[in-house]
Amino acid sequence: MADITRQQIGSLLAKQGILIAFVAFLIGFTIANPKFLTPDNVLSVIRSSAILGVMALGVTFVVISGNLDLSVGSMMSFSTIVVLDLHDKIGPALAIPAMFAMTLALGALIGFLVGYLKLNSLIVTLGMLSAIHGLTLTYSGGKNMDIVDKEGTWFSVFGQGTALGLPIPILMFIGVAALLGLILSRTSFGRKVYAVGGNGTAATFSGIPRARTVFMCYLISAACVATAGLIQASRSLGSQNTVGQGLELEVLAAVILGGASLLGGSGTIFKTVIGVLILGFIQNGLLLIGLQFYVQFIVTWVIIILAVWLDIAAKRGKLWSPIA
Amino acid sequence: MKPGTLSTALKSGAIWGFIILELIFFSVAGEFLSLSDKAFMDWDNMLLLLKQSAPIGIIAMGMTIVMVNGNIDLSVGATFAIAAIVLLDSMTWPIFAGLGDWVIPVAWLLALVVGTLLGALNGLIVWKTGVDAFIVTLGAMLGYRGIVFMFNGEQPTSHLNWTLVDFAEAELLGLATASWFLLAATLVIWFVMAKTVHGRNAYAIGDNREAAVNAGIRVGPHMMINFAIIGFLAALSAVVFYSESGSVNPNDGQLYELWVITAVVLGGTKITGGAGNVIGTFGGVIAIQLLRKGLGHIGADTSTVNLVIGLILVAVLVLDRQLNMKGKEELKV
Repeated sequence: MADITRQQIGSLLAKQGILIAFVAFLIGFTIANPKFLTPDNVLSVIRSSAILGVMALGVTFVVISGNLDLSVGSMMSFSTIVVLDLHDKIGPALAIPAMFAMTLALGALIGFLVGYLKLNSLIVTLGMLSAIHGLTLTYSGGKNMDIVDKEGTWFSVFGQGTALGLPIPILMFIGVAALLGLILSRTSFGRKVYAVGGNGTAATFSGIPRARTVFMCYLISAACVATAGLIQASRSLGSQNTVGQGLELEVLAAVILGGASLLGGSGTIFKTVIGVLILGFIQNGLLLIGLQFYVQFIVTWVIIILAVWLDIAAKRGKLWSPIA
Repeated sequence: MKPGTLSTALKSGAIWGFIILELIFFSVAGEFLSLSDKAFMDWDNMLLLLKQSAPIGIIAMGMTIVMVNGNIDLSVGATFAIAAIVLLDSMTWPIFAGLGDWVIPVAWLLALVVGTLLGALNGLIVWKTGVDAFIVTLGAMLGYRGIVFMFNGEQPTSHLNWTLVDFAEAELLGLATASWFLLAATLVIWFVMAKTVHGRNAYAIGDNREAAVNAGIRVGPHMMINFAIIGFLAALSAVVFYSESGSVNPNDGQLYELWVITAVVLGGTKITGGAGNVIGTFGGVIAIQLLRKGLGHIGADTSTVNLVIGLILVAVLVLDRQLNMKGKEELKV
């Protein structure tokens, strides 16, 4: 009996552990620095997390379907550079759809390779990370991309504008999260994503088109990347070729922190949003109490491993791994 | 002939065929496109290529055994940077001031020990928590990089010891010091994987972990040893490289894990574990370096190298799948 209670407490801790830790963390930092939980600061944290967040939403689909996407960082550099370049050539109204089309084409290519050809997603997206980076450098000729007329363009609205008293990047993050959350939890496509990631063979036998579902997940991921690129480009109106470098791992960290299993079949949009916010608030909180930026790397390391460890410990009912 | 023997032979030979293809292509294309009048297949050029392969190559040997084991290590780039900083920084520590040039072996030893411990820490976490190596080392990649920044912030760490530079620039039998270390690492890991019980266990665990556990192999400690090996080799790669250059930036080693994994996969190691060998990895390392050098030789810039290597990696996977299709059930996901 005592054992069961202990297990229940353990499983509650593990299931909601990340949320509990998050709240404890917010309280701790607010005591350390009262500026932490002011509306201004909270808004600025969410706003700076929006780019990472939008990408993480798309990658959540890919991870739930049982695959990985390491190419989102260099893909984001690509869409940022492309939209900035086209802005001056064909105008923002055409540049945005053109950039979306090009990014979606890349996503479709990855989706084809992983979904229809059934190639290992880790290696495919690793290769695409490198290839798209090369593509971006070739496209830009290695130069930074800048919009000539920074004052007179309405393009800056996506990154710098406000509506309803909120910054547009936050609204876009909320909008995309709501849309994708609905798709994942309320549509038959969403259920297929879980089915394919949970047990691909069973899904195939049940008549679920595995290949097409995986393909669609990569398209969704690419659409999110394009949105993130749009925000990034619009916020800075100029960019280096490497703006998204390394983001793929932070994105993955956020998704994992949210509790999605890399084996596929589990995770939700809401949890990913929590994961993104945790990363954002850690970064901000550590800086506010006067620690150097690199401390966040170390804290993130510890938190990621603890979060995943607690999650699987609850599932197997034992803290330590049974491996001899 | 067992089914699959042909495809196995094709695959293990493929990387060498690819290298020959590269050599021919760059030699011919170089005649028309190169700005220098030196031939690509110049002996000195090839020796230099071997030396330049060393930093990635030494780590790739460790990655081979870790990946055959069914794991992966994304933190090698950060371990590389930490070892480099320990090497250069420790030579200036006051407690070693009286040692003269004897500080060199001490600094080497320190760097290697730190690398081994960082690797073993990853292994210990994988063993004890049961968290997937991908996640553990993804976290460590961030965490170790954070430790790198703790030393000197964003400033580079520099220390030139001329005895050390002389050693690193020395040549023995025409081969540079770094090349010797690459060859030695290849030989030792080849021996471990092909001729020892530890190596056989590595394949067994990668192929079927359950079965290995049932066969009485102590999987946890075994995996930890392999992570310690790759940590050691990442540190070895760093001490060989930074003995010569004498200055390390806190961002050094970034993306090394990607290059290393690319080389190992090109060399025929299966990402799911259980298959692969060091000789293939050696071929993969050479192939990548040849590509970088060759594209430079015919006047292409670095962007093309990234593009081509990425596409080749995907192409290899497609090819590998075509060769493997026979005899495998289509439905297997």
